Amino acid sequence: MNLIIEIFTYHLTILFALIMAIFLGFELISKVPTVLHTPLMSGANAISGVVIIGAIILVRSSGSEDYVSLALGSLAILLGTINVVGGHAVTNRMLQMFRKK
Amino acid sequence: MTALINLVYLISVSLFIVGLQRLSSPKTASSGNLIAALGMGLGVLIALFSPMESGNDNYLIIIGALVFGSGIGLVVAGKVLMTKMPEMVSLFNGLGGACALLISIAELLNFHDSGTFELAPYLTTLLALLIGSIAFTGSLVAYGKLSGNIKDSWKLPRANMINVVLLLTLIAASVYQLQVLDTMDLVYIIMILSLIYGITFVLNVGGADMPVIISILNALTGVSAALAGIIYDNMIMLMGGILVGSSGGILTLLMCQAMNRSLLNVLAGDFGGTSSGAVQVGDQMVKEVNIMDASIMLRYSTNVVIVPGYGMAVAQAQKICKELEDLLEEVEVNVRYAIHPVAGRMPGHMNVLLAEADVDYSKLLDLDDANKFLNDADVTIVVGANDVVNPSALDDPGSPIYGMPILEILKGKHVIVLKRGMSSGYSGIENPLFFHEKTSMLFGDAKKSLNNLLDELKTIV
Repeated sequence: MNLIIEIFTYHLTILFALIMAIFLGFELISKVPTVLHTPLMSGANAISGVVIIGAIILVRSSGSEDYVSLALGSLAILLGTINVVGGHAVTNRMLQMFRKK
Repeated sequence: MTALINLVYLISVSLFIVGLQRLSSPKTASSGNLIAALGMGLGVLIALFSPMESGNDNYLIIIGALVFGSGIGLVVAGKVLMTKMPEMVSLFNGLGGACALLISIAELLNFHDSGTFELAPYLTTLLALLIGSIAFTGSLVAYGKLSGNIKDSWKLPRANMINVVLLLTLIAASVYQLQVLDTMDLVYIIMILSLIYGITFVLNVGGADMPVIISILNALTGVSAALAGIIYDNMIMLMGGILVGSSGGILTLLMCQAMNRSLLNVLAGDFGGTSSGAVQVGDQMVKEVNIMDASIMLRYSTNVVIVPGYGMAVAQAQKICKELEDLLEEVEVNVRYAIHPVAGRMPGHMNVLLAEADVDYSKLLDLDDANKFLNDADVTIVVGANDVVNPSALDDPGSPIYGMPILEILKGKHVIVLKRGMSSGYSGIENPLFFHEKTSMLFGDAKKSLNNLLDELKTIV
């Protein structure tokens, strides 16, 4: 119970944003036609690579002696970047095929 | 300065939303993806250059990892075959999960090092670790299954029990850790258990159910990104993650609906092979058709429907389908493609392959439109699809797929099934379609059969 109260006080604005985002997400995604479900999935997949922002903040806030954080963080940036860049690039390749007639 | 940073974050979140909105039509979709990518780029720039309270910036490491990662991503994305898209998406998805896993571990270590922390952020981080780990190994196993390196028959005995026990242990261990919070030891155990759970839960799911699993894993990575966003109090991570979570969630529901099964039933992996009440078809005869007759049927049709399935992807037959379409359209035969939501190994898989072969997307019919069009179909050609055209789903209550919405191709006049042999489909369910009076079989490799059909047609048009 204390935990729940703590979560509500600690993250109130973010909880509002969370609820809004869930509804917005369902609203947006349900308008995507079945033809585009694969590009939707790979595009969404690229967006989920947004965690690299967390990884960048982690590495930037680490001291240069903090080898564990640096190692974990830089590996996270590497993998996340492959996800983001590769995901958007492959989505672009697919969508180009839909655009041409 | 802070105001400027927040403004840019706001813009980049808006770009994500606009980008996804533009995916609602094939015409605008391409720009939508680029807009979302721009939003991501802005977010990364802000994360790189906003002022920090502590730390040494370590730009060399960050830029190095960014450049190296971009290089790998671009090369892989440029090379991959369109038929391999489900594998590719799974692999990328796994990397996103790994990223969430790594930063959660680092943050938890920081919590324990500093000694003072609140429960709420700790719980969020632990959840991000748990979900990121499951998404990571789950996606890798999905990749293995889709690429054929992990066989579908590799299932653990009593897999469902193992999965339930693992999941309960994970929850119990997490709750206990939140009570004691003394060391990292239990966190490592939670991580290892989550990694194992990711493997066992995907291993248990059949190959034909991959569209559901890919969607779930996609949603999980999104949720882990959103949780990481709460850890860093970062709106763009939160919004991006939630949008992905919704997308994966909706696709999961759509795929389950398209198979008329519950999510639990898919995860339990008990499907097919046990068709006790299914029609006995053992002693029925199939009718074969030769290339010449088949091509004459096609030539003198008004409406022809092609039903693609995973077999088309395996045989790489999408370009031949397009050539056949072109030839038939020249002599004023209407050609349409009827695409079932779960045809292939991921949502929309068939559409991408046909788009690659230059098929106009207005010719790609979804389930409802296809079933309307099929009323007027003269000939329907089934290219490597099986369960999605199984009429048992309509009329045999004993069949395991009874109730699943299918492409009702028997509403048309004739059906030609391209098939290697008489083996039953991926799910192991008998298909009475093959023995129906309207159906003729054209045995052999799908690509070869279509090629022969094309050559024969050229002589008579």
